[in-house]
Amino acid sequence: MAAGAPVIEAKGLNLTFQTGDGPVHALKDVNLTVNRGDFVSFIGPSGCGKTTFLRCVAALEHPTGGTLTVNGMTPDEARRKRAYGYVFQAAGLYPWRTIAGNIALPLEIMGFSKAEQAERIERVLELVELKGFGKKFPWQLSGGMQQRASIARALAFDADILLMDEPFGALDEIVRDRLNEELLKLWAATGKTIGFVTHSIPEAVYLSTKIVVMSPRPGRITDVIDSPLPKERPLDIRDSREFIEIAHRVREGLRAGHGDEV
Amino acid sequence: MIWLGGAILFWLAAWAVNASVAGSAAGRSRAGRVFVPLLFGITVLVLWEGVVRGFGVQPVILPAPSAIWARIVASPEVLWADFVQTVVKGALTGFVMGVGAAFAMAIAIDRVPFLQRGLLPIGNFVAALPIVGLAPILVMWFGFDWQSKAAVVLVMVFFPVLVNLVAGLQASERMQRDLMATWGAGYWQALVKLRLPAAMPFFFNGLKIATTLALIGAIVAEFFGSPIVGMGFRISTEVGRLGLDMVWAEIAVAALAGSVFYGAVSVVERWVTFWHPAQRH
Repeated sequence: MAAGAPVIEAKGLNLTFQTGDGPVHALKDVNLTVNRGDFVSFIGPSGCGKTTFLRCVAALEHPTGGTLTVNGMTPDEARRKRAYGYVFQAAGLYPWRTIAGNIALPLEIMGFSKAEQAERIERVLELVELKGFGKKFPWQLSGGMQQRASIARALAFDADILLMDEPFGALDEIVRDRLNEELLKLWAATGKTIGFVTHSIPEAVYLSTKIVVMSPRPGRITDVIDSPLPKERPLDIRDSREFIEIAHRVREGLRAGHGDEV
Repeated sequence: MIWLGGAILFWLAAWAVNASVAGSAAGRSRAGRVFVPLLFGITVLVLWEGVVRGFGVQPVILPAPSAIWARIVASPEVLWADFVQTVVKGALTGFVMGVGAAFAMAIAIDRVPFLQRGLLPIGNFVAALPIVGLAPILVMWFGFDWQSKAAVVLVMVFFPVLVNLVAGLQASERMQRDLMATWGAGYWQALVKLRLPAAMPFFFNGLKIATTLALIGAIVAEFFGSPIVGMGFRISTEVGRLGLDMVWAEIAVAALAGSVFYGAVSVVERWVTFWHPAQRH
């Protein structure tokens, strides 16, 4: 597939959960196209459906209306073809496996040979700057290192799409800044398509080529912003005029979406 | 009087030693951690011996430790034969079969949710049957020899292991199951690589409960019919002959066997679930 070709396409996507208190509109008429190599952030208050949308893409939730394709397939087919790596808010490493063992897990399931597993583990550990930590157990590492290990695990099997659900939400600001920088480097090095859920405006603006602003009840898209920022982004780009303008527009979008509910 | 006074004197002296050792740095060393409970155990035996001799307690009521030890030393063949019959053939065989059956059943229940509603209540029902009612029936079915004892043990061991394992199989986090799904893992892959390892701390809880139940079951079942060998048989007949030293000798063997059994399971547990917060040091 050429760069810029659509990878994720949602048309009139709806998802209604039936709960004890009646139906909940988690997603309403969501239209979105994500192109190959995009870094797309989903931002909005809790309940706006940003996580739900990502889970639909990963076939962990099933839409009740509209169409959603991933690489031209249904999400479930794409899941079975191992089209994406998913990174959750918590690292979710298995405590009985070493860091290397954790990264090997998806590779074992997908039937890679032992030699190839070892080679890939080495490569992704280097990519997330955890070289030499392969033999440690997850509980022997800090939270930031654990999260990097879980990113390495999602990268190991070379899926085209990386879906990240508030991966740095539980980390402190300093660690978060560093991991954001590293993530951009990683994205530049691998050329993957990334879907990234966050509720931090600076994080969304700093990372993304496309920012999707969402609002709750019902969960919907209120604004899609194509970022004019260059691909090279040092941390101090956050003091530039463009950056502040985009952040402002995101904030406006969030406020408008909230209506009179705040 | 000398016996009683000597025992109390020893008790006080040992108390002082233990208190000072436990309070010092030596008490936290490896040797200290063994020494303190060991001295305590010896103290209990000395006190026991002193009280029995000092007050002239009838051997039928409570034999002295020295008398029990003399009996153990005098009849190793009998004790060994009883041990093999009850612990190795009855308890261990039943334990292995019960744990195996519970394991298979837990996975069946997990695979087919329908069974969870049908089989768990039945397991619960069987577990609620009193062993004194169950044992004679199983002796009728499977004969006097160890097979019927193994059957009793199987029934007793089955439920605690089953319940713990079923709970354990549901203990993995949703996020980790979602991860398995995103990697396209099938049921068995997720079971072997995620859910069984996550269930191990629960499983071992069940196993440890089951070790003591297995020994109790095997001994008590012999009260309802057995060949002329076995720990339960020996206890019930020697009580009738007022051979209380032999009863206590069997109790000592049973206690030792039970402790070793439990200890062995704990060692395996530490090895398997080293990653669990309860096992990390």
